[in-house]
Amino acid sequence: MGNRITVPTALGALLILMMAMAQVGALSQYMLTFLCSMGIYIILSASLNLVNGYMGEFSCGHAGFMAVGAYASSIVGVFLFVPDPVFGQPWLPMSLTPFAFPLILAVGFVTAALAGLVVAIPSFKTRGDYLAVITLAAGYIVKSAIENIEAVGGPRGFMGMGKIVQGMESLAGIPWMLVWIFLGVTFTIWILRRFVYSTYGKGVMAIHQDEVAAEIMSVDTNKMKLIAFMLSSGLAGLAGGLYAYLISFVNPASFTILRSTECLVMVYLGGMGSLTGSVLAAIVFAIMLEFLKPLEQLKWVAIPLLLILLMQFRPEGIMGNRELSDIFPKLKRFYRFK
Amino acid sequence: MFDTLIQQAFNALQQGSIYALIALGYCLVYGVLLLINFAHGDIFMVGAYIAFFVASTALGKYGLLPPGMPKWVILAATVPLTMLLTSGVGVFIERVAYRPLRLKGANRLYVVITALMMGIILEYGNLSILGANRLSFPTLTPRMIFEPFGARITITELSTIITSFAVFALLQWIVTKTKLGMAMRAVSYDKFAVPLMGIPLDAVIVFTFFLGSSMAGLAGLLYAMNFPVLDPFMGAMVGWKAFVAAVVGGIGDIRGAFVGGFLMAFLEVAVVAASDYIPFIKPEMRDLVSFSVLLVILTFKPTGIFGKPKTTKI
Repeated sequence: MGNRITVPTALGALLILMMAMAQVGALSQYMLTFLCSMGIYIILSASLNLVNGYMGEFSCGHAGFMAVGAYASSIVGVFLFVPDPVFGQPWLPMSLTPFAFPLILAVGFVTAALAGLVVAIPSFKTRGDYLAVITLAAGYIVKSAIENIEAVGGPRGFMGMGKIVQGMESLAGIPWMLVWIFLGVTFTIWILRRFVYSTYGKGVMAIHQDEVAAEIMSVDTNKMKLIAFMLSSGLAGLAGGLYAYLISFVNPASFTILRSTECLVMVYLGGMGSLTGSVLAAIVFAIMLEFLKPLEQLKWVAIPLLLILLMQFRPEGIMGNRELSDIFPKLKRFYRFK
Repeated sequence: MFDTLIQQAFNALQQGSIYALIALGYCLVYGVLLLINFAHGDIFMVGAYIAFFVASTALGKYGLLPPGMPKWVILAATVPLTMLLTSGVGVFIERVAYRPLRLKGANRLYVVITALMMGIILEYGNLSILGANRLSFPTLTPRMIFEPFGARITITELSTIITSFAVFALLQWIVTKTKLGMAMRAVSYDKFAVPLMGIPLDAVIVFTFFLGSSMAGLAGLLYAMNFPVLDPFMGAMVGWKAFVAAVVGGIGDIRGAFVGGFLMAFLEVAVVAASDYIPFIKPEMRDLVSFSVLLVILTFKPTGIFGKPKTTKI
């Protein structure tokens, strides 16, 4: 019975602690932004792990779905709450923003999940390398399509989300984005854990082991792939929405292959098929990015090099295929990992 | 109207020659190793840069040849040097990145990831070494212009088209008529039985990379002569297009790659040409169209136009 209370309590305590620290000024603005971006990395890494780790396919168009989510959330938010030259007068008063924000994120989630269909449907027939190509192409298609839509600013980008965050902060002076990102991370980990260790997740892992055998053993592989791809891309869209409101500006150039590469590095650093590994790797990676900042362009030599070395010497990553409870069995008293 | 059509056709042929040359390299490596060498587009970029340095420094100012040489001599010396040096880069990548993984018998996925990362390293390594300023390629060909059927075509464009066809013929001959080509086909047929027959597996694979990368180098040189501005990211997009071409043609089949390259170019030029007449089509939609074509083709014919479907054994 203990494990039903411990984890929510611990999470709530952590959130309240962070908020309190931000209120008294123990967390600087820099630290706040850093924590927020770390949270976004955790969502990206965990969601990509569903496809690349648990299902064993190779998706490298994750940034494309993130872009879809970012743009969808931004457009809906601006359309509803902010006067804008393209979308006209706001429909709703600013005081509703804290209640509407989850819905705004949900729009990003759903839109990105629908965009995931672009990859999911070809994946019924193609696998391996070709699927990797399809995901890459999907990433490029999304970016190229956004660049060609003038209504959302084309290659120049889209802004106006900052006003919504300001609106929320004028209602209550708490670090809103930190709260939303914290909730987003919690939701992501919760839904992924529930999914992966359910019957569906067993089916996804069966596809990873041997697709033909899974099909024979009555796993509906097409359905599994569809759900896995859509959930993964939907969560990427959630991360995109949070990202858009965090930096209050989106442009197609932030969703290139480099962003996808970051996600890949985190998944393989953490370990394919390990949720705790994904979270740990995202934390390590975010800290590493901060340290690599002074390198500027060379950063993009260092990160791929890290991944190449990982592939050569420890392809299973930090955790391999295990969860935290496999390493520290005592933790099972507090929480059922599987 | 008619001469515009001819002009556009020549443009497409010129663009297609470059795509086809790069697609051939993709195709060779894939045929032998079943590996998509994602770094190939960036090897093409490196080839263009090597061509630039060979043509502008090693042979001109400080170089092997005395100054004041006629341009055609420089060009004749640049071509083999560029091909040789670029193939060195390709073979080096194979040696340090792919071979250890192959010898470990690692999952193919890891090799693909390594290839993708190698490409990014080449791009950003180049950016951090040479900076972001674009280099302009020296002119090596005389300004001669032919005017068949009212279209204008320079000697550079013409030689690009002719070169690509010549290289294709040479490659076809190597693969179908020589012992090495036979060895390559044998390796692609069965990697495990080949060493038992006394064929040096590693040598064949190195030769494959050598061929593919030297063609990427040649494509880089031709590209730099046609569009004389170099930047570190030129390989990404062109390489992608070439790869799409190889897939559309059916990867692992040389004729498919060659035809696919020209098909791709004609499609792109058609989009650009149509943008003058149809209001909602813009020239920037080239990439969108080509990648969408890739998606559609892979959805309906996963092995491309010339590809043969493989059965999965249980």
